[in-house]
Order: sequence, then structure tokens, then C-alpha cells
Amino acid sequence: MNIDALSASIVDGLMIGFIYGLAAMGLTLIFGVMRVVNLAHGPVIAVGMFAVLLLAQNLGLNPYLGLVIVMLLGLATGIGMYFIAVHRVIDAPELTTLLATFSVNLMIIGIGTVLFSTSPRALDVSLGSVRTGAVTILGTKLVADLIAVIATVGLYYFLYRTRAGKSVRAVANNRAAAELMGINSTWILALSFGIGIALAMGSGSLLATLFSFTILSGTVYEVKSFVIVVLGGLGNPVGALLGGIVIGLLEGLATISPLPVGWVPVIEFGVFVIILLVRPTGLFGAR
Amino acid sequence: MSALRTPFFWGLLVLLGGVGLLPILNGSDSMREDIFLVLMLVILASSINIIMGYTGYVSFGHIVFFGLGGYVAFYLMLNHQVHFVPAAVVGGIVSSLIAFLLGIPVLRLRGAYFALATIGINEVVRSFVTNFDPFGGATGMFFNYEVYNGYGGSKNALWYAYYAILVVALLCAVSSLLIKKSRFGLGLLAIREDQDAAQVLGIDPARSKVLVYTISAFFPGLAGAIFFFKNGIIEPGPAFDLLRSIEALVMVMLGGYGTVAGPIVGAAVYEQLRAFLITNSTFSSFHLFVAGFLLLLIVLFVTAGLVGWLRQRAPRLRRYLE
Amino acid sequence: MRLLPSRLLLLGISLATLFGAIACAQPSAQPAPTPTVAPKVATSKADTPAARTPAASAPTARKIVIGFTASNTGAQNLPSKKQTEGLQLWLDTVTKAGGIKLKDGTALMPEMKSYDDESKTDRVQALYTKLINEDKVDFLISPYSSGLARAAAVVSEQNGKIMITTGAADDSTMEQGFKNIYQLYAPGSRYLVGAIDLLKDLDPSARKIALIYEKEPFSTSVVQAAQPYARSKGYDVVLFEGYDPGTTDFAPFINKINATAPDAIMGGGHFPDGTTLAKQLYEKKVSVRLVALLVAPPEPTFSEIGDAAEYIVGPSQWEPGVTYSPDAAKAANLPWYGISVKDFVSGYQARFNSTPSYHSAGGYAAGLILQKAIEDSDSTEPAKVKATLDRLNLMTFYGNVQFSIEAKTHGKQVAHDMVYIQWQKDSANKLGTKIVWPPAAKSAGAQLRK
Repeated sequence: MNIDALSASIVDGLMIGFIYGLAAMGLTLIFGVMRVVNLAHGPVIAVGMFAVLLLAQNLGLNPYLGLVIVMLLGLATGIGMYFIAVHRVIDAPELTTLLATFSVNLMIIGIGTVLFSTSPRALDVSLGSVRTGAVTILGTKLVADLIAVIATVGLYYFLYRTRAGKSVRAVANNRAAAELMGINSTWILALSFGIGIALAMGSGSLLATLFSFTILSGTVYEVKSFVIVVLGGLGNPVGALLGGIVIGLLEGLATISPLPVGWVPVIEFGVFVIILLVRPTGLFGAR
Repeated sequence: MSALRTPFFWGLLVLLGGVGLLPILNGSDSMREDIFLVLMLVILASSINIIMGYTGYVSFGHIVFFGLGGYVAFYLMLNHQVHFVPAAVVGGIVSSLIAFLLGIPVLRLRGAYFALATIGINEVVRSFVTNFDPFGGATGMFFNYEVYNGYGGSKNALWYAYYAILVVALLCAVSSLLIKKSRFGLGLLAIREDQDAAQVLGIDPARSKVLVYTISAFFPGLAGAIFFFKNGIIEPGPAFDLLRSIEALVMVMLGGYGTVAGPIVGAAVYEQLRAFLITNSTFSSFHLFVAGFLLLLIVLFVTAGLVGWLRQRAPRLRRYLE
Repeated sequence: MRLLPSRLLLLGISLATLFGAIACAQPSAQPAPTPTVAPKVATSKADTPAARTPAASAPTARKIVIGFTASNTGAQNLPSKKQTEGLQLWLDTVTKAGGIKLKDGTALMPEMKSYDDESKTDRVQALYTKLINEDKVDFLISPYSSGLARAAAVVSEQNGKIMITTGAADDSTMEQGFKNIYQLYAPGSRYLVGAIDLLKDLDPSARKIALIYEKEPFSTSVVQAAQPYARSKGYDVVLFEGYDPGTTDFAPFINKINATAPDAIMGGGHFPDGTTLAKQLYEKKVSVRLVALLVAPPEPTFSEIGDAAEYIVGPSQWEPGVTYSPDAAKAANLPWYGISVKDFVSGYQARFNSTPSYHSAGGYAAGLILQKAIEDSDSTEPAKVKATLDRLNLMTFYGNVQFSIEAKTHGKQVAHDMVYIQWQKDSANKLGTKIVWPPAAKSAGAQLRK
């Protein structure tokens, strides 16, 4: 293994890890608060990608300004999605929500394919790059990482320091008790769902500034998010960031290992299953 | 075996068998193809229900057994000229065996952790097979068209595949009923409700779960073998397609989980709905959206699944509808 | 709230009735073929001199149905859509010209019948069976992509239907012993051959090639054929590795490629991965002299990655700038048939308001070849059309077409050549594609990356 490739890959893995983490955060938040595995997570990420693309191409909006709008849009969409598709079945058997969110998945992909076909799209954003030796740090990735960190800190602050955030945690812990304390759990659930979707769409927007994408690109991140969410501790949004970094680093290192690069997912998911068996609460969760 | 004397058993046999016999009676190729797909999905949904509906363990990546069975059987047919029936049986057995070995550690996980672990396993196996040259790696394996001459031409081969899938579907449905009505099945349901309490009652949850997981992997293995025999080609992507797994889960929930008839009804309704929308020119490109919309309506207003809803609405039907 | 369940009951009942109706309708519709198709079956059987004489005085029209599945949804949606549009344009052209004329004066009016295959093999066989048995199609066109085409070919073959495959370049499909399947695309084994020749021509000093590919059937078979060819040309294949189809970030892989210091990178896979790869190679300032990627570069939206698109080379089955013409046909001593390149491009633009891609050309050519085969055999009888297709050797706007008649590779495309495009900047600094290979077809010289 060549030392240049090693150092470059560690940096690359670390940089992408933050974004993977952000992409998984919405999924874990929604699961943590209401035990819903959101099967529309991938399509929602893809919607974030297209939203920022459309804003940039049609209104000439800077993608980072677009990101703010996309996240606000995501919040509204998420709250709407909650009331339309989830609220009625929130107390039904646990898995019923799988069907509900899967239906939303079908609808988004169905409409998205008609609107955008599966043509590959890309945002041409460049913020320059810094290069030292074999290591290249892209401006776009650095900014995306920064935003991921800000989003995580913001979410943490919201959950632990604000009244609404505390209510979210109370509802997550025990919905009935929270209601007895005068918390309107319906609105808290809707708000949490909205934040989850906003995070997913936001991460989609950031991914769009880095990679090319199609309307189906969200699926890959959805599967990756399942892994990250477990590594970070199921239902723990801050842990998701760490889980993302672990996966990013693992991918970076596995890729440049002497094994052919095709084995990377074998290693990645293999490690995931093993960690799950050894330490199901995640790498960073409390035992 | 008292389950075999209930009206439900005979109803099930007559209905499923009757539908299955339709294309044989009128010799229609296109009807055979339609029902083949329905029966295949019935098998996938029913076997997921055997583990998920009876024990509460959601096998998200259950499709892994479909792919494994398909690959093992295909390998035998292609490289060792094994007839497709024994090849399929071996495919099913290997799937079961792998489920048994995996089940011992993985079934210790509960709830969402187990579900996510099964996704991980499916992805590991998919990417492993993609790199595994004896199975053709990324390009997969395919038959020379002449292979079908050994079965009296491809036309006959497709009929054989159909008979096989019908037999497996019936076996799967009957097994599902037998398990549910047996002492073993009652033990499983107890595990679903409260694993710790079940243990106190003298049920060995670990053993029961592994056993039922092993059984539930057998039928998808067979179905995979038959499906890919009929297709003439097997590739990692379509063999370990996580989406197909999720769709099968949806079918179980749609029909009503934990019931024997639920997954069958769910698979038939889901597949017929999709097939109808796809071939109907009114919906053309919007069929996916319409399918999602209809599905959402059903989910929101019939939360217990179609069969579950019927059982709730008409308690007297319960005797006839497991 | 009491009202709701009863309304639901209604919904449930109506749904149930709906499905019941569908299920019941199928068998009953079975024995009686739809009236529109019935006369056609009769005529084709009565394709005898006796039947022909009266028809000569009074030209009759009958329709022929061409069936296929298209990927309206799923991963193959984009190329499949273009392919269908190409076929649609052919159909419009033929209809406007009064159909396909037989010698007895009969005009065959082609019609299309298609379903969505969702880019998945699951329903392909069921839908092709339906096309053959219920819609009674006369000829079949393949779905887009090798995997789907192969699943469809099994059904087509067992029903003795002729199927023209387009959008399916895989070699192995055509080595399965099919007898009624004809391939229009130059097979995958030739996709990178020209790129290697181009490199040889452009930079004789280049020695090392990295072959990288998406681990899925098409890309894998392409590089598996390119590797021995590169070696035979004296190249050192320094890296031969496939990445998982789910790969999102290529940065670590590029580090690995970089460590082998290649002169050229060739391979790739499909749309999003190819585009991302090109983008990241540029961002990481990888100093190779030639990058040739599969599938993605000929797509117009490829330029959305901006400067990263520059210098990227891509193989294409056809480009609007190709130079096939009646004169070129004469020079090659081949018959010419059908529309000119110019008319095809302008017709397509007028009809669909977009530039045709090679998928579009493949769709049109599938119809065109079928038309030629029917005209030459003066019949729609499969056996006769098949004999004509076996003999066919001609040039069209799409290029040369000839099918293998060897038993082992029957129906495989043997004459069609690929062209190679490169994204280049014009004097106004605007990105566009130029044909850079083969020399006979090129519209600009290829450029090495700086």
C-alpha cells in the first residue's frame, strides 16, 4: 500500500463521512422519535438533489442559498407527509408505517421519473481546492462538511436546549407520559418528521454539489443510511454523524487495500453485520 | 394435523389450486405467465410471513434466500447438467442451511436491529457473489438456449417451471397453516407477544426461532431456482434485489400479517394492481404514482391488512379465514 | 366517523370487483382474438398468387403490429425513452409514406404496442408473452439493455417470433443459440477497441492503461474484451478492477488509480457513475492523457459537470455527425436504404424537440431494418423475413448492418462500427461533442488532456 494513496484516502474518507452522516441523520431522528422506518428516505434525498438543481438552473440561485430554501421546503413537506401518510397509522402495528412510507416512495419515484427521466444531472459548483502532496481537499467538500457539522450542532442544541426540542425527546421517550405533561404529541411528531425530511433533503442538496445524480440516486444513500444509523446507535441523531465518518473512513481504507475495489461493499456490510452482532447498540450508543 | 381437517384448509387448497389450474386448463401462455408471477410472490410473501408474522422478526433482506437458491440451482444446472427439479431442491436446502447458520447469531438481535442485520446480510451476499467467479461474477450465468431441449423444448420447460412454482406455492401455504396451527406455531406466537414470558412457559425461543427461520428460507430458495431457470439468466442485481424484498413485506402487510391467507391475498392484490396499471394505457407513465396512491389509501384505511380487516369486521368468518 | 368505514367497505368492494373483473376478463378474452387483428392473420396465410391477383388492382391496407416493452420507469428510463422515440419517428415516416408496400399492392400499416417493463426482468417475460399471445404482434423489438433483452429473447425464440434487438450490446446474449434474434448494436466487445486504437494513434508514447469498470454485466463484458486487445497492442494494463454499482464517491478509488500512474483510463459504467467519475478525475487533477468512459459521455446533460467534461472520450453507436450517405455506400459497394442522416436528425428534432442520441438512432434503425426485410421478402411470414435478414448487408443512416449467420453466433451484429466522441471546447469556449474516431468519420482531431 502506497503512503500517498493512504493519506489521500483517509482524508477523502473522512470528508465524505460527514456527508454520509448528515444523510442518515433524518432517518435516525424519525425512527428515534416515532419508531418509523422511513422507506421514502432515499427518494426524499433525491428530491433534495433536484430541488437545489432546479433552483440553481432556473433562478440562478447559489446552491448554498438554495440549500436553506430546500431545507425549509423539506420541513413543510415533511410535516405534510406526516399528516397525509403517517399520522393515521402511527398507533397501528409497528410495520404498517413501512407500507405507508413505501407508498410515498412509489409516488415520488413515479412522478420524479416522469418529470426528470433518469438522465444524469449535475451541479457545476467549484470552490477551488487545496493540494498538499497527494492530498487534495475540495472547497465544495469542505463547505459541505462544515454545513453537516453545523446541522448536527444545531440539531443537538434544538433537542437539548429548546422547549420544543425537549418535547421531542419527551415524546420519543414516552408518548403517553408526554401527553399527560401537556405536550401536544401530534404536533411534536409532525415537527420531528418535518425536521427529519428537512435533513434528508438538505443532505441531498449537498450531495448534488459533489456528485452527479439521477432521480434514483437516493436508494444507495438509503441503504448506506441504514448501516450508518445502526453504527451510530439507532435513534441517536448525533451518533449518525460519527457512524457516517466511520463508514466514510472504512470505504476509503478498504478501497486502497490490496483487495480489488469490488470487495469494498463485502467488507463494509460485513463489518456492519459483525458490529451489529457484537454491539447492537452501535459503536457510540450506551450499552 | 387437525389443521388439515378445517374448512379453511380445503378452501385454501381449492382456491389456490383452482387459480393455479386455470392456465393449465385453458392452455393460455399469457395467463400462465401472469399467474406464475403471482405464485412466486405468494411464496415470497408467505415465507416472510412465516418468520415475520408468527415471531415478529422482520426479515427485511429475505430476498437473499431467493437469490442464493437461484444461484446454487443455476450453477448445478449449468455446470453439472443437473435436472432442474433436483437442482431446485438442492437450492432450497442450501438456502435453509445458510439460514440455519446465520440464524443462530442473528436471531439473538431483536426488533429493528434484526431487520437491519438482514439487509446487511443481503448486501454482503450480493456483493460477494458479484466478485465470486465460479458464479460468473458481475456478468452472472446464462444458459445456452439448447438447455431447454432437455425438457422437450423451451415451451415445455416454461410449463414445467409453472407446475413447479404451483406445487411450491401450495406447499408453502400448507406449511404456513400447519406451523400456525401446531404447538410449535403457538410457541412462536407467544414469542411474538412476549419472548421472555414465552421462555418462562418452557418454550426455547432460540431453538424455535432458528428452526422457523430455516423453514422460511426453504421456499424462497426453491422459488428463486425456478424463476431463474425460466429466465435463462441470473445476475447478482436482479437476484438480490432489496426492493423485491421490501415489496414482499408490503404484500404481507397489505394482506394482513400473522394470517395464513393474508400474504396470499396481499401478493395477488399487489401484483394484479401493478400488472393492471402497467398494461393499462390510461395510466401509462403514471402507473407507479397511481400504485403508490392506491396502496396508501388501503394502508391508511385498512390498517390491519385486507384479511385482518375482514376478520375484524366479520368475526364469524374467522373460522374460515386463518 | 361512523360513516367512514362503510365508505371504505365500498372502496374495498369496488377494488375487489375490479380485480375480480380483471381476473375473469382474461380467460374469456382468450379464445376470441380481437377483431382488428383477425383479418391480418387470415391475409398472411393467404399470401398466395391467387390472393394476390385481385389485390393488385385494388390496393388494400392491413396493419402489422410491432411489440416491445420500454422502461418507462426505473434505471433504464432515459435511454429506453430515446429508443422508443426513434421507433416512433420511423413509424410516423412509414405511415406518412402510406405504409410498407408489398408487390401485390398491399400496404402494411405498422402499429406499436408496448408496456412498461420497469427496467426489471421480473415482468419482461410475462409482458412479451402477452404481446405475442394476446396482442398478436407480428414482430418484436427488444427492451433496452442486455439483461432485459436476453429475458425477452427466450420468450420470442420459443414462439418463433423475429426480434430485432437494439440497445442490447452484450456479446453473450448472441452466443446462446438463438435463431430468430437479430442484433443491431455493435457488440460490447468492440466498445473500447477504437479507444485503444485512438490512443495508439494520438500518443505513441503511452504505455500504461487502467481499465476500471462498474461491476455489472455490460461494463464487465466490455472491459473483459478490451483487456486482451490492449495487451495485444503492446499496452501494460496496470489496473483492472471493477467497482460496486452502488459506489457513490470515487475519491479513494481515484487515489488507487493514481498510484499506478496510468497514461490512460478506460471503462466506467452507466450514467451517474460515469459522470461522477469524470468530475472527480478532474477535481483531483489526475494527470492521464486520455479518459474514455462508457455510456455517459454521449448524453447531452454530461456537460453539466462543466470543465470536467472536456477531453472525455466516449464510444457511441451513432452520432448526429456521422457521414453515412448513399455516396459512402456506393464507395463501400453496399446498397443504401432509407432516410438520410440529415433528415433523421431534423425530423427527430421537429418531433421531439431534442437531439437524437444513439439510442434514438437504434430505435429508428430497428424499424427500418424490419421494413427493409419485409419489403425484400415481400411477406410478413417469419420464415421468409428471417431468410432475408440472414442475407441482409447494407448501409443506412445508422451505418452498416449485417448479421452473423454462423450457428454459434447467429444474429450477432458483424458490420456496424462504433464512433468515438470527445467533449471539446470551441473557439467561443463552449463545450460540445466532436467525432474523433475512426479517421474516416471524424469531424475534429482528438485532443490529449493537459
